[in-house]
Amino acid sequence: MFIVGELINGMYKEVGRAIQQKDKKTIQKVAQDQVKAGADCLDVNCGPVSKDPVADMQWLVETIQEAVEVSLALDSTKPQVIEAGLKLAKKKAVINSTSADQEKLDILVPMAKQYKTYLIGLTMDKKGVPQDKDRRLELAAHIAATCQDAGFPVGDLFLDPIVLPVNVAQTQGRYVLESIREFKMLADPAPKAIVGLSNVSQGTCSRSLINRIFLTMAVGAGLDAAILDPLDKELLDSLITAELVLNKQIYCDSYLDAYRKR
Amino acid sequence: MALEFLKEAWSNSVGVSQIGATKDEDGTRAETVKIGGQSTLPFLFAEGNIPHRPVIAMEIWDILPEDWPQTLKEPFKDCLDNPGQWAEKCVKEFQADFICLRLQGAHPDGKNKSPDEMAKAVQAVLKAVGVPLIILGCGDDTKDNLILPACCEASKGERCLIGEAVQENYKTLTAAVLADGHNIIATSPIDINIAKQLNILITDMGLPSDRIVINPTIGALGYGLEYAYSIMERARLAALSGDKMLSMPFICFVGYEAWRAKEAKALMSEFPQWGPEKERGPLWENITAVALLQAGADILVMRHPQAVSETRKTIDILMQG
Repeated sequence: MFIVGELINGMYKEVGRAIQQKDKKTIQKVAQDQVKAGADCLDVNCGPVSKDPVADMQWLVETIQEAVEVSLALDSTKPQVIEAGLKLAKKKAVINSTSADQEKLDILVPMAKQYKTYLIGLTMDKKGVPQDKDRRLELAAHIAATCQDAGFPVGDLFLDPIVLPVNVAQTQGRYVLESIREFKMLADPAPKAIVGLSNVSQGTCSRSLINRIFLTMAVGAGLDAAILDPLDKELLDSLITAELVLNKQIYCDSYLDAYRKR
Repeated sequence: MALEFLKEAWSNSVGVSQIGATKDEDGTRAETVKIGGQSTLPFLFAEGNIPHRPVIAMEIWDILPEDWPQTLKEPFKDCLDNPGQWAEKCVKEFQADFICLRLQGAHPDGKNKSPDEMAKAVQAVLKAVGVPLIILGCGDDTKDNLILPACCEASKGERCLIGEAVQENYKTLTAAVLADGHNIIATSPIDINIAKQLNILITDMGLPSDRIVINPTIGALGYGLEYAYSIMERARLAALSGDKMLSMPFICFVGYEAWRAKEAKALMSEFPQWGPEKERGPLWENITAVALLQAGADILVMRHPQAVSETRKTIDILMQG
C-alpha cells in the first residue's frame, strides 16, 4: 500500500500557523512523525489561508526535504502552485490532483509527463461528484484515455473515486468500493486506485473506527494507495493486517513491526 | 515483429554481506567474500543485476569425523585430525572460496571440549589460511552459548560468519557477534515465518541486517529438497518485492544434509544396483547443491572435493548468463 500522510495541510491550525510564521521545526516534526509511522509519501497543501501559495509551497517542499526522504504529493487546485513544488522535488512526486475536466487534464497530464510524476485523477467534473458507479467509471475512463493519448504511463495514474461522508451520503460507500475494483479493468497496465480516506467519517463521532473499517474494505476491493492520517496506529495496524490476509506480505509474529521497518 | 520478452522489474534487491576482513579493515584475512546484492531471481541476468556469484565454503571439523563415510574421509586422510592442515588443503588443493569450521568436538555427548580449546582451534585455522571463516557450534544450545562467545572473541575483527542463532536461542550469540564485529547465521526450520521473525528479533538487538545470513534449513535430494526450494523461492520473491526482513543472503549446508542420505553413503556391497558409492556420494551432494543454486543459495557449505569442483563448474556456466 502506498500510504500518503495527510497531516501537512494549512487547514490544520498548527500547520497553518507554522506556514505563516515559517516555523521549520513544526513542519519537519510532522513530516518525520508521519514517515516513522509508515508513510511512503507526504501530502503538501498550503491551505486556504495562504496569501502566496507558490512561495509557501516552495518553502514547504524545501523544509520537508531537509528532514525526510520520501516522495511528496503536491496538493493544490492551482497548477502553478503544483509546478513550483515539482521543480524542487527530489523524489518522484505526486500531482494531487486533476479532475476529469478537459481544461485541467490539458494542463496537468502534460505536466505529469514532463516531470515524470504520479498523477491523481479525481472522478469528478464541473457537474460535481457522481452519485453512482457508472458515472465514476465514465469519468475514470476519460482520464485514463487522456493519459494514454498524451503518452503518460497509465500505471502511474491513481484514480480517486471520491469518498463521501457516510453520514450524509450513505448510498455512496458501496459505489466507491465497486469503482475501485472496476478501475483496474480500464487499461492494461491497470491504473491504480487511491482514496482520500478521512472524508468517509467527516462529521461522525466514531471517526477512527469508520476510517479503518472502510479502509479494510477498500483494501479488499483492490485499493493501491490512500491519503490518511498515519499517526492513527489502529488504522495502520488494520491496513497492514488486511494486506497480510491478502498475502501481500509474509506473516511472522512481529508482522506489524516488520511492515514499519521496511 | 520481433518477439519481446516480458521482464519483471523488482523494487528491492538482496542485501550484500561481507565475510572476512582484511588488514585495512581490522582483520588479518588475505581476501574477503561478498555475497548477495541480486536484484533478480537466480541467474535471470536479463531482469536485473547479480553482482556477486554464489560461493562454496568447504566444511572441516575440529576433531576427526569418525562417522563420516569412507568416500568422504578418503580425500583428506592425511589431515583429518589437524584442522589447520585440513583447511589449507581445502583452499590450496580444492580451491574452496572459504572455510566452514564445525566445532563438533565441543559436544557434551562427545569429546566435550572446553571454550578455550575451541578458541584455539579457531585461531589455528585462521592462522593456516588467508580466506574468511564460518564458525559453527556443536549444536547443543547450552554448550554453544559457552564456546561461541569465546570463539567470537578469539577471532575479534575478522568478520567471520558465526552460527547458529535460532528463535529459542539467539541472544547470547547476537550479543557476541555484535561485540566482536562478526556476521551471524539465522537458522529457521524450513519455515519462512520463523525466518522473518528471527531476523526481526536479531535486528532489534542492534545487529545491522547486512550482518545476517539466512539458513533456511534444507533437505538433500530425496529428503525434502523441493520443500526447502519452495521456501527459499518464496522468501526471495518477498525480498525482491520489498520485504527487508527477508532480504538477507542464504547459506545452505549442503554437505551436512547430502551425506546424511542413505543414497549418498550406502556401500555398493549392500546395494549393488546403486552403483559405486565413490561416484554416487559426491554426485548426491553435487545435485543437491545445483538445485539450491537455482533456489537462490548464496553460500553452499560442502564436503567432498569432487562435488565442490563439479558445482563450481556449474556456477561458472550459470554466471555466463
